[in-house]
Amino acid sequence: MAEVVVRIPAALRTFAGDAAELRATAGTVSDVLGELGGRHPQLLQRLLAPDGELRPFVNIYVGRTSVRALSGLATRVAAGEVVTILPAVAGG
Amino acid sequence: MAGSAAEVDPVEAVALVRQGTLLIDVRDPQELATGGAQGAVHVARCDLAARIASLAPDCRAPVLLICESGRRSLAAAAELDALGYPGARSVAGGLARWRREGLPVSAPRASGGIDWERYSRQVALPEVGEAGQRRLRDGRVLLVGAGGLGSPAALYLAAAGVGHLTLVDEDRVERSNLQRQVLHRDAATGTLKVQSAVSTLQALNPGVEVTGVAVRIDATNAERLIAGHDVVIDGSDNFAARYAVNDACVALGIPNVHGSVFRFEGQVTVFWPSRPGDPGPCYRCLYPAPPPPELAPSCAEAGVLGVVPGVIGMLQAGEALKVLLGTGEVLVGRLLHYDALRGRFEEFDVARDPRCVRCATR
Repeated sequence: MAEVVVRIPAALRTFAGDAAELRATAGTVSDVLGELGGRHPQLLQRLLAPDGELRPFVNIYVGRTSVRALSGLATRVAAGEVVTILPAVAGG
Repeated sequence: MAGSAAEVDPVEAVALVRQGTLLIDVRDPQELATGGAQGAVHVARCDLAARIASLAPDCRAPVLLICESGRRSLAAAAELDALGYPGARSVAGGLARWRREGLPVSAPRASGGIDWERYSRQVALPEVGEAGQRRLRDGRVLLVGAGGLGSPAALYLAAAGVGHLTLVDEDRVERSNLQRQVLHRDAATGTLKVQSAVSTLQALNPGVEVTGVAVRIDATNAERLIAGHDVVIDGSDNFAARYAVNDACVALGIPNVHGSVFRFEGQVTVFWPSRPGDPGPCYRCLYPAPPPPELAPSCAEAGVLGVVPGVIGMLQAGEALKVLLGTGEVLVGRLLHYDALRGRFEEFDVARDPRCVRCATR
């Protein structure tokens, strides 16, 4: 288990108690989301589809790499790592 | 109906346009390369009937139409008259006569020359030089949206001497736009954004050809609008347009400089699956599908700090210039994220999706 920092984007902050950053202690990205979801169920709804898959308009990065290019939600996280959530935004 | 009463002399048309009368260029997009009448907004003949209500909400106001010879614009004026626009008139003799009479055109390219003094500070850069400036002059950039992102991007591309700019936007300038859409002046409120943009950009640099196209870009017209350009700058404000622009750019093999903003944050990257030798991802590799409307809050509700699209739009212009110049490291395969509140830029890798429905098979 490792403590990681999770960066919450502006578009999702209202679902995370207005926090820009949260902390979680977890072994995988899936655990990270589970822990955040316990505290902020609405946030989890925005990230995961009903089937538990990452929604296609949201990316989660461990460091600078998208979990889609790693092992998906099973990607392991190390202590001190930064997990960034970035959804597609359309504003112009 | 289509007699001389439906025509106006080019000289009179220039005076009317200066007073704010709408002038619509109804030629086909591929004819625009030769330049056009100054101040004209482009709407292809086949789109006119569908577009006229939003172009000219007051059907009694005068509307001028122009084409190459004056024939198609005369037919278009008759069509508008039949649709309830009694003030629709065709410019007699079309652009051919307009040019013969030496009236102002949007492409003062007769000399083919470059105003070297204007560009001296960038020509001094070895990465630009005289050859680079000629590349910029020959460059054709299409900007989707003349709003928060398109404004700074278009201003800097015009100032840099990119020779052909096409702006696609169907909206009119609203007072709530002026806080960030710096192409538009207070007095332009209520006018078409592309008309206001053309006027601002030509005042900034008369040596650049600027074409405004007042249509909403979507999957049915994106390829037709984008074809013939070297680079696209996506500064649109909705997901449907972004996916349509992506798909058209992938199909046409044109690099797509993406920018998008929300509140205090912005994203910029370049989608270029057809880049020679080193193909990049497309928008669908990054975000395979758009959010449903209920999960996609709009800037109108959420708000946006004006400098955020300012910064992102300018980064987009910088990437477009590098693509045109063929220099530097273009933001392909990298997503740059700007957080104005935290004062940070962060970079993330964007990989090609080998199963991407749009670009994987190309």
